This record gives sequence, C-alpha cells and structure tokens, in this order.
Amino acid sequence: MIDPSLVDLSRLQFAMTALYHFLFVPLTLGLSFILAIMESVYVITNKQVYKDMVKFWGKLFGINFALGVTTGLTMEFQFGTNWAYYSHYVGDIFGAPLAIEGLMAFFLESTFIGMFFFGWDRLTKVQHLGATWLVAIGSNLSALWILIANGWMQNPVGSAFNFVTMRMELTSFSDLLFNPVAQVKFVHTVSAGYVTGAVFVLAVSSYYLLKKRDIAFARRSFAIASSFGFAAVLSVILLGDESGYEIGDVQKAKLAVIESEWDTATPPAAFTVFGIPNEKTMTTDYAIKIPYALGIIATRSLDEPVIGIKDIIARHEQRIRTGITANALLNKLKSGDKSPETIAAFNKVKDDLGYGLLLKRFTNDVTNATEQQIKQAARESIPKVAPIFFTFRIMVASGVAMLVLFGFAFYNSNRAKFMGKQWLLKFAIISLPLPWIAAETGWFVAEYGRQPWAIGGILPTHLGVSSLHSGDVLTSMITLALLYTALLIVEMYLMIKFVKQGPSSLHTGNYHFEKLSNQGVN
Amino acid sequence: MFDYETLRLIWWLLIGVLLVGFAITDGFDMGSGIISLVVGKTDDERRIIINSMAPHWEGNQVWLITAGGAIFAAWPQVYSVAFSGFYAALLITLMALFFRPVGFDYRSKIETPKWRNNWDRLLFVGSVVPPIVFGVAFGNLFLGVPFSFDELMRARFTTGFFSLLTPFALLCGVVSLLMLITQGATWLAMKTDEELKQRISKLGSWTALGTTLLFAIAGVWVSQLDGYSIVNMTNFNADSNPLAKTVILNAGGWLSNYRLYPWMISMPLIGLLSPLATWWCLRNQKDGFAFLFSSLTLLGIIMTAGCSLFPFIMPSVLSPNFSLTVWDATSSYKTLSVMTIVAAIFVPIILCYTLWTYYKMFGRLNKQFIDNNNHSLY
Repeated sequence: MIDPSLVDLSRLQFAMTALYHFLFVPLTLGLSFILAIMESVYVITNKQVYKDMVKFWGKLFGINFALGVTTGLTMEFQFGTNWAYYSHYVGDIFGAPLAIEGLMAFFLESTFIGMFFFGWDRLTKVQHLGATWLVAIGSNLSALWILIANGWMQNPVGSAFNFVTMRMELTSFSDLLFNPVAQVKFVHTVSAGYVTGAVFVLAVSSYYLLKKRDIAFARRSFAIASSFGFAAVLSVILLGDESGYEIGDVQKAKLAVIESEWDTATPPAAFTVFGIPNEKTMTTDYAIKIPYALGIIATRSLDEPVIGIKDIIARHEQRIRTGITANALLNKLKSGDKSPETIAAFNKVKDDLGYGLLLKRFTNDVTNATEQQIKQAARESIPKVAPIFFTFRIMVASGVAMLVLFGFAFYNSNRAKFMGKQWLLKFAIISLPLPWIAAETGWFVAEYGRQPWAIGGILPTHLGVSSLHSGDVLTSMITLALLYTALLIVEMYLMIKFVKQGPSSLHTGNYHFEKLSNQGVN
Repeated sequence: MFDYETLRLIWWLLIGVLLVGFAITDGFDMGSGIISLVVGKTDDERRIIINSMAPHWEGNQVWLITAGGAIFAAWPQVYSVAFSGFYAALLITLMALFFRPVGFDYRSKIETPKWRNNWDRLLFVGSVVPPIVFGVAFGNLFLGVPFSFDELMRARFTTGFFSLLTPFALLCGVVSLLMLITQGATWLAMKTDEELKQRISKLGSWTALGTTLLFAIAGVWVSQLDGYSIVNMTNFNADSNPLAKTVILNAGGWLSNYRLYPWMISMPLIGLLSPLATWWCLRNQKDGFAFLFSSLTLLGIIMTAGCSLFPFIMPSVLSPNFSLTVWDATSSYKTLSVMTIVAAIFVPIILCYTLWTYYKMFGRLNKQFIDNNNHSLY
C-alpha cells in the first residue's frame, strides 16, 4: 500500500500551489479584457486619459502577471514531479490539452505581452491595440484548455483503458473537447475572472474618488468596470456550473454533498440554504430548506430526482464489487492469458476497474478484499460533507454580494451619480476580497468535491502519487510555501505602493501627486 | 495519415525542435541574465542588458513550458519517470525559475540600489541554475537512470539528488552553461554598443572556445561509456509497452548510430565547429552571424545528444529492458495524430508572430534610451 502521509502531503502541496496560482489567474483573465476595452476606447476617441488608463492598469496587471507566470511554472511540471503515476495513467489524454494550451494560447499571450509593455513606441496605435487584444484572447484560450483538462478529471469522456499499456487512452478528441462539464466550467471560470478584474478596478477607482483625486481618470475607470462587471457577474451566476452537476457520476456525488442531501428526496428536491451536516448520523441538523429549488436548479425539471448520498454509496458499493472482478480479470490478462474470452469478459467490466482500485487504500490484494473493506471503500467513495457544504455557501454568498455591488454600480454609473455616493464607493472598496474568496472556495468545492478520485471513477487520488519519500515532499512543500509567501508579500507591497501612487506613477505630469509637487516647486 | 512508427519519429524530432527552440530563445535570456551580473557594473549597464530581452523573455520562456507540455502529451511515461525521478533537481530548477518573472518585472519598480541588486542576484540564480541542471540531467541519460516498474507500471527509483552529480554529468552541465552564456553574449553583442558590447563579446568569445573544448572532451568520454541497444524489437507500430523488449549494454555503444546513419555525424560536427565560428565572428564584430552560429551550436549539441541516444530517451540502468524508447514510451496513435495536426498548424504561426515581434523591436539599446524611458522600462 502507498504511504498515506505521502498521499496527504502530495495533495496538500498540490492544493497549496494551485490555490496560490489562482490568486493571480482570475485578475489576469479579467484585467486583460478591461485593458483591451480601455485601449479600444483610446484608439476610437484618441483621448489621452484612456491611454493613461491602459498604462496604469497595465502596470498593476504586470505586477500580478509576474506571479501568475511564476506559480504557473509549478503547475506545468508538478503532475510529473508529484503525480507520476497519474501522469502515466492518464497522460495520453490529459497531456494533450496542456501541450495545446502552450502552442495555441500561452505562446500568444506571452509573446504579445512583451509588445503590450514595450511596444508603445514601436507599433502603430492599431498594432498595439491588436497586441493587447491578443494578450486577452491568449489568456482566455489558456483557461479554455486548462479547463478542458480539468473537466476531463471531473467527467472523463472520450477515453478507454488499454491493458497492454496499462493506462487510459484517448478514443475521441472531439468528446474531450466538447465535454459538457468542461464547457460550463470554462464559462463559469472566465466569467469569474472578469468579475475579479472588474471588482479590482472598481474598488481602486472608488478609493481615488473617495480621496477626491484624479477624478477624470477614476470616473472613467469606474464606469468601464461597472458595466463590464455587471455583465460578468450575471454570467457567473446564471451560467454557474450548477448545470454541470447532473453529468457524470462524480459530479452527481458532488451535488449531493454540496446540498448535504443524504436521502434521495421525491422530486423536485428542496434546496438546503443552511444546516450542519452530520457524518455520523448521516443527517443534516438544523436544516433550513427552500422547497423545489434544488430540483429545478440542478435538473431543470420537476420530476427528475436528485440522487442522495446514501443511494450513491449503495451504487458505488455495487461498482466496487464489479471492480473486483475487473481487477481479477486484469491480473489474468497480465499473467499471459490473452484469450478472446478473457478479453471480452474484461471489456464488459472494465468501466468499473477504477472502483476496484479504491480498495487499494485498504489492501494490496484487491481481488480478496474483505466485506468490511468493501463497505469502507464505498462509504469513503464520496467526500466529507461539511467542508464542501460550507465553502459552497461562502462562494455563493460572495457571488450574491458582488451581484448587488455591480447592480448598484451599474445603475448609478449610467446616471453618472456615483461620485457623490460615498456608501457605494465604500461598498466597492470593502468588496475587494470577495472575488478571490469566491474563486478559492469555488476551486475547493470542485476539487475536494472530486475526492476520492483524481480522475472521476477511473483513478483514485491516492494511487496517483509519485514513488517519493514523504520527507522529500514535506521539504519541497515547506520550501514552496516559504518562497510563495515571500513573493506574495513583495507583490502585495508593490501593488499597494502603486495603487497609492495612482496614475501619478506614470510620470506624465498630469496627475495628482505630480501637480502637488509641481506647485510646491513653483 | 502517417503510421504509428512515423508519428513516433516525428515527435522525437518535434521535441528536439522544442528543446532547441528553448535553448536558442530562452537560452539567450539565461545567458544574458548571467552576464548582467558578471559584466554589468552599473545599474545602467544592467538595465541595458535586461531591457534588451524585456519584450521577449516571456514568449521565450513558453518554449520551456511547451516542451514540458509536449513531453507530457507525447511521452507521458518519460514525463512521469524523469520528473519524479529527478525530483530534487527539478524542484531546485523550478524554484530558480521563479525568480525570473519577478526579477524582471519587479527590479526597477523601486529605485534603491539594495532592492535592485538583490533582484539582480536572484535573476542570476534563475539564469544559472536551469542550464546546469538541464545539462546534468542530459548527462545522466547517457549513464542510465536507476528506475524500474512494478506490475501496475508504477515507476520506482533508487536515486537521490547527489548521486546525479557524477563527473561526466557535471561536465555536461558545464557544456550546457557555457553554450548558453555564449548565446547570451551573442544576443547582447547585437543589442548593445560601445564599451559594454566589447566586454560582453570578449566574454562570449572565451565561453565559445570553452564550449568546443569541453564538448569534444565529453564526446571522447561518451565513447568510453556503455551504450544501450535493443536486440529484439520487430514491431515499431505496437502499443506502447516498455517492458516487452530486450536491451543489451556494450562499450562505446552510444556511437553506434553514427556507423548506422553516417548523416548523423553532421550534428557533432556542427556542435564542434559552430562555436569556433562564433568565436571568430565575435572577434570581428560580425554580431548577427555570431548569434546565428551560436544558435547552430545549440542545435548541433542538443541533436548530438538526441542522435547518440536514439532510439533511447531514458535508459534504465536498473533494468535495461525497461528503458524508455521512442518506440515504446509514446502516447497512443490517436493522441500523436491529434497533436501532430495541432503542431503543424500552430508551430508555423508561432514562428511568424515571434519573428514579427523581434523585427519590430530590432536595434541596439544604450544609456540614453534607458534615461528617456526611465519609468516604463525594467
């Protein structure tokens, strides 16, 4: 059996590096489009203030982008370093979107970001605008391919197990590409990125408006952010990936856990707004429910049931039993019996091979697993309820708060009345952390909610790790944590420094602090 | 389209192209990052050096990232075994690479010398560690890597970080370092002028000579090592299973490809002669040609490694039969087909827009340029 502490440390390191990476990604996704919009306005109207906006917000974009790249390096390589068996087992499918991401998206984004920052005097106005749009398109295409990879982990379509190579192999690239789970995740994730960019610009602009400086600059930034953000927040909530929860076994389990729905309710199921999930009694204490809501949101119908946790566990137990047969047949194939009958028998049950592998956590000899081990594997075939139940609600609450913020901001910016509304400016400033809270909790729900699977129904997480010593991973994790934290502190320091300076940091001579010092000299 | 065997060859070549592309482009960034601290005396000199690559380094780094992704997609078992087997080395490289994006972007955001010097040092670390580690890793491929597989095809190792640091592997690390410093020097010879350029060219001409000399020594050394060869593989179109073949070791075996395919000799010849041409060009102010020949050096040396090892990618010293080769460690026919189409479309597009950006940013930088753009440059 695989050392459980190695598994825990590998998971912790992955979670930490991925969550750190996603502190920077959403701002890149959103701010790049906001920059492109601002520059488009500049090219159309030819007003200097819009060029200054692109340059100033671009400066902040750059500070954030540097750490996005830094932490992204780890993501590209750590499947190999820490999840070597995973890389072998599913690399045939999972590697392709990562490589295509490099070729199609990351090259584009990174090549033109150099032009964005350093091409102002070398490119024509329209060429530079093109470069800015390509940065935005490149970063969003990046997200597309990464989410196709991630969507496949949640709902592994277009692939089959090959016993000769002992791995999953691609059977249909178009299934991988048009995986419905990947599609909804993509829309949800990039929209969340746009909201992040918009909240960032809105909050910082509000700070200038509240301080009553660089009004013309801040007012225009606020207006662009409020309309862009309003559209984006509607998209996140309406096209939330809720609709992706009825596809695939892992997603169904995730939905039941999010709702803490222990028993399958008669449709349409009620939505649990709040409660305390109890793992022991398999009930939700103090539950507050809205009738019908869950059934309608999740199944888009009134008569389809949302399967409860207990029924899911019972189904998994059946699949684990079939998985034992699949493992026995695989052993037969490996030991040389490749008769057509054995192959046919294996092909019949191989979809449950992964369920059999769940038993590897409890015994090396899957084919002779005890009744108790099977029950235990089935019980642990869904994630713990409480962490997901609560983080999901934190995410939704943050989303709703941002919807309210952008509702007011958009309404007022249309009437150009927002500058005097102190409460709105303050509301915008205190909302600054919300998109990050929503994004991090959202990823937690998506990935912790996938447990115990690395690839839903195919490869248990604990089998995916590299053959390392837990001491190696502990060392690397601590070093990474220290480095990331140090770099994050530097990043925050620079961010705050430049936000405080505002557009004066461009040294054009037209903004608040420069005018002040000029007056001082005169 | 193509048969499996052809696709496997194409991907061996394509990953070679990506590695050479990485060495040519990101290589001059790393070389320049080293030179910045070694040759650049004042903040202005360092800013000239750093800003010569400022518009390009992000795009250049993607060659490395895409090479990583391509190895994952085309050779998943290699990605899995190499990256976890060289765990400590890979993580050290990764952490060194962290300092480049932030080093570039943050160094000039604050004007104090202490702030800038510290970032310059970190940028140096980020530039000097990866070439050495990549060289050492390549050296270890020639020596064989201690890995094996269990019945689930899970790789197991008996290797630690320090066991990688054998004399031959270290020599490869130094070759790699010298060739990338030369690459940086030839880039900077094109992008700087006057006295700074002279100092850089001088350094580059020495490292070019060093590259030839040490590459030659490494070649002689390889002829004494045990090479691997496959004795019983008939079907190059079979599903990828690295356990099915028999491999033997024979002294000097890494040179046997040059007897089988004499055209391959061109690669070590390019690797030996191009640095000499680079040396001459740097001495005689032929800056563009110096860069061209230095780039050819990288092609020659990297492809020499590839051709010598072919068809092996990662030989296993623990169980030679389990060595990973071009024929039995690739992804499936389907994946290779899809990836070939994607690469055929996007690699030319990437080359076009990359060249366009270099064309747009063409020209030398000097102190006046730095002064004029004090607040927008790195």
